[in-house]
Amino acid sequence: MSAEAEAAGSGFNIHPMDQFVVKPLFGNGDILWYTPTNVTLWMGIAVLAIIALLVLGTRGRAVVPSRSQSIAETIYVFVHKMLEDIAGKEGLKYFPYIFTLFIFILVSNILGLIPGAFTTTSHIAVTAVMAMAVFTTVTLIGFYKNGIGFLGLFWISSAPLVLRPILALIEIISYFVRPISHSIRLAGNMMAGHAVIKVFAGFAGALGVFSVFPIVAIMAVYGLEMLVVCIQAYVFAILTCVYLNDALHPGGH
Amino acid sequence: MAVEGDLVQMGALIGAGLACTGMGGAAVGVGHVVGNYLSGALRNPAAAAGQTATMFIGIAFAEALGIFSFLVALLLMYAQ
Repeated sequence: MSAEAEAAGSGFNIHPMDQFVVKPLFGNGDILWYTPTNVTLWMGIAVLAIIALLVLGTRGRAVVPSRSQSIAETIYVFVHKMLEDIAGKEGLKYFPYIFTLFIFILVSNILGLIPGAFTTTSHIAVTAVMAMAVFTTVTLIGFYKNGIGFLGLFWISSAPLVLRPILALIEIISYFVRPISHSIRLAGNMMAGHAVIKVFAGFAGALGVFSVFPIVAIMAVYGLEMLVVCIQAYVFAILTCVYLNDALHPGGH
Repeated sequence: MAVEGDLVQMGALIGAGLACTGMGGAAVGVGHVVGNYLSGALRNPAAAAGQTATMFIGIAFAEALGIFSFLVALLLMYAQ
């Protein structure tokens, strides 16, 4: 990234948001729904990386696992335990969905940290699709499992009767705000973190010989970003589990 | 007319900057959640591991409100 900064010359020529521009892979034409763009490319790389880790990594099925097999097994057991702790045994039926979401977000986030890479999860369009899918699925599961009793989620029977309509209003608002906060949390964290790295890279280009300080700062921010990237994938998956638990046991809180 | 457009632009950008003060509230909230988790965990370390997931859910909810201020800033900057 610092080489890029030097190539840009002195001054703040690096625009921190340039890395989020969606470009067609070939040529400079308009972007239509079928145009292969850098988003397509990096999503494809993410899927290939996941397949390489999960399918090729566990191919040996060794009792004493190899390095890649133990990574794959650790992630699998981690998500399995998280889902069971939060949504109970009934929730395990939806394990493939949660696991798919978790590992896709995790791998896309980590790939986005490679200098020059494109972070697919930094776009609200991408995360909003995932969050709306979770919202729709969870609502449908709730009505399918509990029928009209799912509306009991909004009518808190343990509260005093006078407060219940007010609480119901608040609960309904917070229910419909879920997909918004769910998607923007992930996209906002990814976008902000990567823009911070680029801003420091701009300093590195402007400071000449003193650019060693911003480069050290970039290394520190990069370490922090590595943490944030994993935590955001975890938070997205764990909130999906919480919503699923609400759908399966609406009287549970 | 051009001056008027600039004024609207200026107001929107100032508003976007002001919206970022909402992040301070989210920071207080997240710090409160983690601080209380830590003080509880130091009193009873045996129970700490079971509550890590709850802590992250709490962080996520506190952070969501800071994200709304970020959303307002984005809307002011780009969606008008």
